[in-house]
Amino acid sequence: MKVLRYLVPMALLAAVVAFLGVGLGLNPREVPSPLIGKPAPAFKLARLDDATQTISREDLLGQVWMLNVWASWCAPCREEHPLVIDIARRQLVAVYGLNYKDQVPAAKNWLAGLGNPYRATLVDSDGRVGIDYGVYGVPETFIVDRQGVIRFKHTGPLTPDVLRTRIEPLLKELQRAG
Amino acid sequence: MIAEAGHFALWLAVGVTLVLGIVPMVGAQRGRADLMALARPATHVLLGLIVFSYGCLLLSFARNDFSILNVASHSNSALPLMYRLAASWGSHEGSLLLWLLMQAGWAWAVAVFSRNLPLPVLARILAVMGLLTLSFLLFVLFTSNPFDRLIPVPLDGRDLNPQLQDPGMIFHPPMLYMGYVGMSVAFAFAVAALIGGNLDAQWARWSRPWVTVAWAFLTFGIALGSWWAYYELGWGGWWFWDAVENASFMPWLVATALIHSLAVTEKRGSFKSWTVLLAILGYSLSLLGTFLVRSGVITSVHSFASDPKRGFFILVMLAITVGAALSLYAWRAPKVGLGARFSTLSRESLLLTNNVLLLVALAAVMLGTLYPLILDALGLGKISVGAPYFDAVFAPIMAVLVFFMGLGPLARWKNDTLPALAVRLRWAAGVTVVCAALTAWIGGKITLGSVVGLLMTYWIVFSVLTELWERVRPAGGVKANVLYRLGQLPRATVGMMVAHLGVAVFVFGVTMVGTYDIERDVAMSPGDSTTVNGYTFTYQGNQALRGPNYDAVRGHLVVTRDGRAVSEMYPEKRVYRVQRNPMTEAAIDSRIRGDLYVQLGEPIKGDTWLVRIWVKPFVSWIWVGCLFMGLGGMWAVTDRRYRARATSASTEPAGTAATAAR
Repeated sequence: MKVLRYLVPMALLAAVVAFLGVGLGLNPREVPSPLIGKPAPAFKLARLDDATQTISREDLLGQVWMLNVWASWCAPCREEHPLVIDIARRQLVAVYGLNYKDQVPAAKNWLAGLGNPYRATLVDSDGRVGIDYGVYGVPETFIVDRQGVIRFKHTGPLTPDVLRTRIEPLLKELQRAG
Repeated sequence: MIAEAGHFALWLAVGVTLVLGIVPMVGAQRGRADLMALARPATHVLLGLIVFSYGCLLLSFARNDFSILNVASHSNSALPLMYRLAASWGSHEGSLLLWLLMQAGWAWAVAVFSRNLPLPVLARILAVMGLLTLSFLLFVLFTSNPFDRLIPVPLDGRDLNPQLQDPGMIFHPPMLYMGYVGMSVAFAFAVAALIGGNLDAQWARWSRPWVTVAWAFLTFGIALGSWWAYYELGWGGWWFWDAVENASFMPWLVATALIHSLAVTEKRGSFKSWTVLLAILGYSLSLLGTFLVRSGVITSVHSFASDPKRGFFILVMLAITVGAALSLYAWRAPKVGLGARFSTLSRESLLLTNNVLLLVALAAVMLGTLYPLILDALGLGKISVGAPYFDAVFAPIMAVLVFFMGLGPLARWKNDTLPALAVRLRWAAGVTVVCAALTAWIGGKITLGSVVGLLMTYWIVFSVLTELWERVRPAGGVKANVLYRLGQLPRATVGMMVAHLGVAVFVFGVTMVGTYDIERDVAMSPGDSTTVNGYTFTYQGNQALRGPNYDAVRGHLVVTRDGRAVSEMYPEKRVYRVQRNPMTEAAIDSRIRGDLYVQLGEPIKGDTWLVRIWVKPFVSWIWVGCLFMGLGGMWAVTDRRYRARATSASTEPAGTAATAAR
């Protein structure tokens, strides 16, 4: 029995290697997307810049819009932020932010320091709406069409590649569809 | 031609490592001195070949040879020479060659500086290091050749990522790799001892200086990285619990545990199988870190271009290397004796507590880092674990660890009693509480974090002072003796005290920044001023600027305090011409009592810019503390007993009174 004890590290190694091996085959940024093709879940949330005003899903119907989930504590959000600014500056789509499980002053500071690409940022401090949207990891980005249906979801920081090969063609198609 | 020569040298090195890995090992098992004698010269040849190869890479970068893919992707003719050379390790391929260089360098150092080691022991150690080098050589040659050609040859290179164009890039990676790869020495000593059956106090004494040096480099490397992130990323923070940061932090935690458990093994002959396991674990985590960073299984801020093929290769390498070591462990360790016994309260038991706490901290960090991956692999969804988890889990463990850190060095080996220890530390405890209360009161803001942090700081300081006093206290009442006795303190003890005080300095910095950090965003037109924490910042306007490979807008702020000029600050916003990404260069005025940190935000309209101002009290103490820790380690290594000739080979039975006497 005593010998078995010395085999424990070996067993742990085997377990870790097995998980890492499976992990290799997975893409941490690719998400199972049960929500794609479904109506975007309803919400009614306060604006970050003015807590007295709220925005709901219905307010955004009739336009193609992008929901970018971010938080000031999220390091990869900083990485993708210049790209979100770029999207807003080129007016590719109306970008709305969902400030997920964050504190309002910290979030405001974050936007002030890094630039604010959002038409409006919705405050989801307890993460309820995040749950409805199946947010697994911040940042996440959704694209919703004029009928309010989710057409695209990306988990993890946006990359120029994803923007060019997936988002831009989709936006062209959605906006042409009218 | 140069590139091909460098590539060829690597293939020659494969041959050398095959010889180094097999022949001396066979020689050691069969007692053939002629075969074992091959180990030393082989490491010289190996280092020569890899230095040559690295030289070829450096030359290619210096000469802007864009026909090499690696150079074309990571350099540019407008890049200053210093950064062109540093760009050689800015890529995945180049950084692996740096890894190899370090690996060969460590093997060479062991060959040169371990003259006291019996030949069979040295032969086994160098053979193991040869095999480790071989695995990385194959990795480089088969998946990541830094000398791959690019056809057609581009006119100019794609430039080094602007964030990497910084002095930090010149020092941080080599330091960090020295530490990472240095863990392989401890690994090789452990595996060689398992094979040779000489797992005893003598073995611990031999490996201790190597572990300490590697640990010190790792400390410097991590601290440099943190400091670099602080001033370069412009986020104002100094640690982000990013997967890559964790990858370097995990081996550090193990190395710290290993240093302490080696102390017990050396002095008392106990913990042998535990220590050897830690030595294996340290290098395993270096490999795991490499895997995490380079395979793309985990999302991170500073990942390299990832490639599943590389990930698979490292994983196989990790499984073989660590698997072999652990099999050896499972086979050999049960026969190792227990060593000297000790009671529930003794320096051994306190050091064991230290080890347990460090490993719990390791488990917490590892869980947070791998959790997203594990859930994903089990099909339970994808999540990300952020700083809140790590802060909440890590801080309490550290607080407990620091408490024991005060007790450990004062407790006696083998057996101590609680009342005796309490009496010796009563002054330290009392003064700690008073000082912490006083500091918190002067600071003017009292939170749980600040009080605990200050208690930790002063507890370390005063327990170290207590120990120092006990050691130099004049026994017969002769005052002049104190200085003499101070000079007589062993360097290992002084090194330990300096390193522990480093922890105090570090904790103080973290506590102060965590509690009293002030952050302010102000829209400023030329002439506007704002006052933050007594400092008045006046915005003077901005001007356009042309750097060697970037264009910038440079703001100018004058800082005064009570009407006296304090500093002039020039934050910049740069756009690098090749990669076109904007970068903020924060202006930082660093002083002992804290940093002023100014960053240029976005233009609002006309001459009005958003300016972000931080006042960060005592933030530089964080890195100064790390510097102390590393220097303390380095000083301890110069202790006389490591230089003394080993008197006997590995024949003495483990844990006898003779080896445990020191």
